[in-house]
Formats: sequence, C-alpha cells, structure tokens
Amino acid sequence: MTTTTAPVTSTDAAPGSPAGPGKPGRPAMPARNFWLHTERYALLIAWLVVIIVFSITLPNTFFTVGNLQNVLGSQAVLLILALGLLFPLTAGEFDLSVASTLSMSSMTVAVLNAQMGVPLLPSLAAALVVGLLVGLLNGVLVVKFKIDSFIVTLGSATVMLGLVQWMSNSSSVTGIDSALVQATVGFRGILGMPLQFFYGLIAAAVILIILTSTPIGRRLLFVGRGRQVAELSGLNVNRLRIGAFVASGLVASIAGIVYAGSLGGADPSSGQSFLLPAFAACYLGATAIVPGRFNAVGTFIAVFFLFTGVVGLQMLGAQSYVQQLFYGGALIVAVALSQAIRRQSAKAHK
Amino acid sequence: MIPSTSTPSERTPEALAPLLKIENLSKTFGGLTALSHVDLDVFPGQIHGLLGENGSGKSTLIKILSGFYTSDAGARAWLRGTPITLPIAPGYFRQLGISFVHQDLGLVPELSVVENLRISTIVAGRGPLINWKKEQAIAAETFARFGLSIDPRETVDRLGDTDRALIAILRAVSELGDHRALLVLDEPTVFLPKEDTDLLFRVVKELVADGGMSALLVSHDMTEVLEHTDRVTVLRTGEVQAHLDTAGTTDEQLVQLIVGRSLRPAKQAAPTNTHHAGAVARVDDLVTGHVDGLSFDVAAGEIVGLTGLAGSGFEDALAGIYGATPATGQLTLVGTRTSLKDASPRDSLKTGIVYVPADRKTQGGVGELTVEQNVTLPVIGKFRSWFGLNAAGLSRRAEEIAESYDIRPRNPGALFSTLSGGNQQKAVLGKWLQDDPQLILLQEPTQGVDIGARSIIFELLRTTAAGGVPIICASSDYDQLAAVCDRVIVLAHGRPHAELTGADLTHEAIAASVITSLTETPALLKESVS
Repeated sequence: MTTTTAPVTSTDAAPGSPAGPGKPGRPAMPARNFWLHTERYALLIAWLVVIIVFSITLPNTFFTVGNLQNVLGSQAVLLILALGLLFPLTAGEFDLSVASTLSMSSMTVAVLNAQMGVPLLPSLAAALVVGLLVGLLNGVLVVKFKIDSFIVTLGSATVMLGLVQWMSNSSSVTGIDSALVQATVGFRGILGMPLQFFYGLIAAAVILIILTSTPIGRRLLFVGRGRQVAELSGLNVNRLRIGAFVASGLVASIAGIVYAGSLGGADPSSGQSFLLPAFAACYLGATAIVPGRFNAVGTFIAVFFLFTGVVGLQMLGAQSYVQQLFYGGALIVAVALSQAIRRQSAKAHK
Repeated sequence: MIPSTSTPSERTPEALAPLLKIENLSKTFGGLTALSHVDLDVFPGQIHGLLGENGSGKSTLIKILSGFYTSDAGARAWLRGTPITLPIAPGYFRQLGISFVHQDLGLVPELSVVENLRISTIVAGRGPLINWKKEQAIAAETFARFGLSIDPRETVDRLGDTDRALIAILRAVSELGDHRALLVLDEPTVFLPKEDTDLLFRVVKELVADGGMSALLVSHDMTEVLEHTDRVTVLRTGEVQAHLDTAGTTDEQLVQLIVGRSLRPAKQAAPTNTHHAGAVARVDDLVTGHVDGLSFDVAAGEIVGLTGLAGSGFEDALAGIYGATPATGQLTLVGTRTSLKDASPRDSLKTGIVYVPADRKTQGGVGELTVEQNVTLPVIGKFRSWFGLNAAGLSRRAEEIAESYDIRPRNPGALFSTLSGGNQQKAVLGKWLQDDPQLILLQEPTQGVDIGARSIIFELLRTTAAGGVPIICASSDYDQLAAVCDRVIVLAHGRPHAELTGADLTHEAIAASVITSLTETPALLKESVS
C-alpha cells in the first residue's frame, strides 16, 4: 500500500514543527524580508505557474470553465479532511486514522440511511458521534497510556477498516437519501460550483480562525512546540491533546458525510486513498503563508495545487498512477524543502 | 576481593615520575581568564582531587583534557613522561589513555548492562558478529572481581544510581584497553548516598591500586575529597591555590583555600523551623526529588535563597512546591494551607504562585515563536474578544512588558530565539511577573545572563520584593544569592543544613557553608537544631 510511506517520511520532521525550530513566523530583520516573502508565496506562485503552463499546453481541455469548476468543486472531501488534521499536527501529534474515520463515517450514514431506513438527520448525527468517539479514544490512549500517537492511530485506523468491512459486508452501499446528494453536489447557483466547495471554504475559514485567533489555537501551538513550557505555563496539556484528536475525528466524520453525499453511497475501501494526500497537503501547506507552521490557508492552496497538477498531467495523457507519484513526491519534496529552508535561515541568524 | 589497604603515606609520590604532568596551562575566553598558569602533577596509582567552587576553572581544565576547548599557547603536558601535543584534538583523549565519567554518566537506560558496557564496540562495528554470551561472561567476571552483584542482562533503567555510576566507571576503564592511564571522574557521585560513595571509591581505589592508572576526581564536596583522595589541588578563580597531600590536611585549611578567606563554618546559625514574624508563605515537610523534609517560611517582601551542593536537593525544591514534579508536604500561603501532593502548575498559577524555570530554551519559552506569543501565554485567556483573540490588547500587553522589563530589541514580534540570553530571561520574568503573583519561585534566575542584564534582573527582583511579594530563589551562584537574598538556606542531604543572614550573606560565607555542608552527618545536624 503506497499510502503507508507518508507517515514514515514525515516522522523525520516532528509533527509539531514541519520546518523545525528557527523558522521565522514574522520578519525579524529587514535583510531577510525578501526571502521570507518569496518563501511565503512560493506555493501560490507555483500553483499559478502550473495553471499557466497547462493552460498554454492544453488550451481546449484544461483552460476551460468546466475544468475550473471541476478542479475547485471536487476537492472538498480532501480539503476538509486535511484541515481537521491540522489540529493534531499543530499539537505535535500524528493522526493516521483520519481516512478510516472518514470511511467509517460515510459507511455509517449509508448503512443507517440506505439499508436500515433511518432518517437522514439521525444518520448524520450518528456519523458525527462516531467521529467524536474515535477521536476521544485515540486521544485518551495517547495521553493516558502514554503511547505514541503514530502507533495508536495506526492501530485504530486498521481496526476501523475492519469494522467498515464488517458493517458493509465488504461491498458498496448505495441509495442514500438524495437530499444529502443535493446538499453536497447539487445547487450550482453560485459560479456554477457545487455546494461542497463552499463547505470546504467555510471549514477553511473556521479552522483558520480557531488556529490563529483563539486562545485554544495559541495554546495548541505551545503544546506542539514546547510541551514543557506549556505545562509550566499552567496549560491543561493533556486535555488540549485529547481535544486535538477529538477535533480531527469530528472533522474527519464531516468529511465522511460530504464524501457519502458526493458518491450517493459509501464503499468500504476508497476512503483510504485520502490519507496520503491529506498529509501531503498539510506538510506542503506548512511551507507557505506562515512558513514553518501548519496553517489553514497554506493547506487550502496545497490541496488545489496538488490536484491541479494531477488533472493537468492526466489530461496530457498520464496514467492514473501519476496521482500517487505526484502526492507522494510532493510530501517528500515539501518536507525536504522546509528542512533546507530551515537550515538556510538558521545560517542567516549567525 | 580485599580492598587495597595501602595508604597514601606509604607511597612516596615525589619519588615517582608523575603520570600526568601539566605546566603553565591558561585559558581565556574573550577577555575573561578561566585558567591562569595552572600546573598539575598526578602520580601513578593515586586518586587526585581537584577542588574548587563553581567558576574556579575545574570544568575548563577537564574540557581542555577532553579536547572540547583549546588551551592558550604556552601550555605543556606530559603523559607518562611523553609530551602531549596541545591542544588535544577533540576525542583524541582515548588514544592517549584518558577516559571520562561525567555527572550524567552517558548510559542508555533502555539497553542492558552488557550492551552499555560494549557500546563503543557496537558503535565501532568491529567484527561481523557480537558474541553476547561471551560479552556477558566478561562483564560478570569483571563485576565479580570487584565484589559487585550486578546482572549483566538487566536493563540499566532498572538499576540504582550507584550501580549505574559503577557501570559508567568500569566502561570508561574497559574502553581504554591496555593503554589506560587516567580516569577522570567529573562529579559522578553527587546523587549518591554516603555509603554508596564509599563503595564506588573502593572500586576506584582497586582500579588504580596496581599503579598502572590514576584517577582525577573533580568535586565540589570537600568531605569526599578528604576521605578518598591521596592528593588534592585547589583552584580558585582559575589559579592553583595549593597542591597538598590529603593526609594531614584539615577542613579549615581547604575551606580557606577554596573560598580565599579564613572563615569559621561554625559561625553559621543553625537552621530554624520556627515561624518568622510576618511570614506569608510557609513550606512544611517538603519531600521531592532529593529534598527530604524541608520546612521554612518567607516573610512578605523577603527574598529567601536555597543553595547547596549538587544533589543536596536545592535544585529540586521549587519544582516540587510549584507542582511541576511529584512532591509531598504542605504550602501555606496567606493563611491558606494546601497539600503539595495535589499541586499542579495550573492550580499553583490560579493561587498566584509562579515558577521561573532555569532552562529558558525548553521550559521558559519557545524559541520559534515570537516574544509576544511567549510572554502572553499565561494570560491568553484574559484577552478574548467577541471574535477570538483581542490582538490589539495582546500586543499592547507585550509592548508594556518589553518596556518595563527592558527587553531588547523592543520588538515583541521578534522570535524569542533571536534574543540574547539576558533578554530572554527578562522576557521570561516579564511573562511570569506580569499578573501580580503572590509567591515567586526562581530557579537560577541569571544563569547564562550577561552582567548588564544581571544587574537589571537583580533590581527587578528587589523592586518586586519591596512590593511585598515573597520570593524564593534557588541558585548555586553565591554572588547572586549574596546580592539579592535576605536569608539563605543551605541544604545538605535534602535537609536544611545552615541558615545565613545579615553579615554572613557574602559570597565567601555561603561558599564555605556549602562546601563543608557534608562534613557533618545529618544525625548530628538534627541535634544541633534542637
């Protein structure tokens, strides 16, 4: 399974600090402003370059309104999932169970609503409860039993994968209430975009605000960057860490609901393919906007940068495996880049 | 095996050529002299003590031997009569036949005893396979030879401190192979109880007994040096004060040499357990880390210092009072008594107790975040607005702190790591003192801080105390204690050993009290208290 390479690569850079210490969050010296700004907007510029190159080479297929709507409108599930992942990563923890939580959430909706005839809203509520419980379980195991989050979530991810197979009899479940489908991919009134695009936007805005402009976001940052400092400063470090897992579980279950809506059903295995792209987007996003810190805007840009590249390459005739090459490669490049920049800026300090 | 019975007087070191000879060793850092024209002769088969207080140059000398520092030009050294090229290349000491046991011992707790003993073989990767059966047998044999009962297969973290120290010593010796010359013991015993220190030195004596090797013991503790060494060299402010045969040397002589002035330790007042008038904070029966039953009180506006030798407990007391490490005992603050068993940093902060840790980099602040983010962390909950954080209020607070604590550059947006040590410390103080604390706990408040910042910090502490806040300051910096404290409690074996006030609050008196703190046994001490 190619996705397992993601966490292994990323352990080298501790999750709390994608670019490690010494990376500037704000300009400290005017001489470094140029590099800082280049670094900040490099990903955005790269995205624009990719768009321009493909638009020139593929004027009839890539450079079209339909394709724009496709690129922007189809990534809500990945975007929401990656945004939720920012909570544990900021707190210095891994959560490898987000993709399984997504699968479990979408399967919960499908089984309850389509197979057992439970009305839609209670089914959705049940999916959210599933996400909350998974996050709570992960968090409690990590904090109370002092187990590495990497191992705990690897285990819980696999357990959930098994549960999803069991729930679904290892086959796809279709026939979810069309109201959910409408609420996800329907209503193209604004710019012709499906509703899920706006859910992604809202999620990005909400998580941006939580992480940057609330005491909780600031505290999570200290938990991830200096756990001893946080403890001695009187923060309830354990509760914050558990909370980060609960948040990622809850957000993953929301992503699962959107996924169920976009498919009109659920299948037991395809959700796994989101795991590596979600990590790639978080780590790549951490090289941009606020370099050295996992951030929502960077993650947003990274999701669309990666998908734009994949779409363009596929239009050029690349096989579907190019997606894995691109996402996996991006994760490694992102981590390597931030390490290199960190060394550079450490030198600039001396 | 019977311990060596030879006494120092039976040997005549002067008749022998020194195993290690150092002449004219100097070291300056910038304009500061750390070592000045030091001579040292270590004779074969002896344990040689190197004594002096903090900053006397002991560590600098050791670090020159290990190649960590280069010596100034003009120094010369011989090992077994063969000149050594100075400076010694880093790590070259092993080829010379010198090995080191440092205070932290350098063991890997998760690995077994035998793995720790063979760590250099493993790292060097000599030979395709390691015969663990054979290695275990060799280790078992070595332990048996010294009368030790250590299981070579046990993991190190299940061993006591003494066994760990012994393993570190035996490893250091075994790594030298056949060309062993000098074993440097850099305070490996500070955390050991007295009986265990004796065992450890019995092993060291056996190791050096055949005359093939010598040991250089670096120590703060006069008693240990008097009991276990054959010769002793005293350093003060980088200069050799004397080379002495230990036999026939008295406590008073050594204290005078170390401190530089004739002082009678007996002059110190016995520690009191009585209430002082106007005490607002009181600690009762504190047990935490190496602290083993400490009671004292602090009056409003008083600065009380805690000090002692490493391992005496003075370094552990404050974290225990704050609730950062497990502790038992009680704290009474403005009439409210709480059990330290349930204390946590969170609850301590709520009652206005603040703890300024010694380690700015891992405990005081986060380097890759800004000064503003760091200094406002404890009060962040008070800066909410209808929409998340009150950013303007936060930056105003950070600017106020930067202004009143003179943090330079005056830019709260700068990364904490870009500040100098002194400014980092001012920021950390500002972070903790901003919210009207009821009790301030300071751990080594001016460690690694430049002189300018140091005097500003002293001034700050005095002004804060003058406002009526009780302050407890744990430090091994006697100048600092003398400068800011109203009273200093010297700890030994986790208990109060002496209390200094008034005219006794000088660097020399504190130092004298600390270095003699282990000359009296705790039992005797108790009698003198009552």
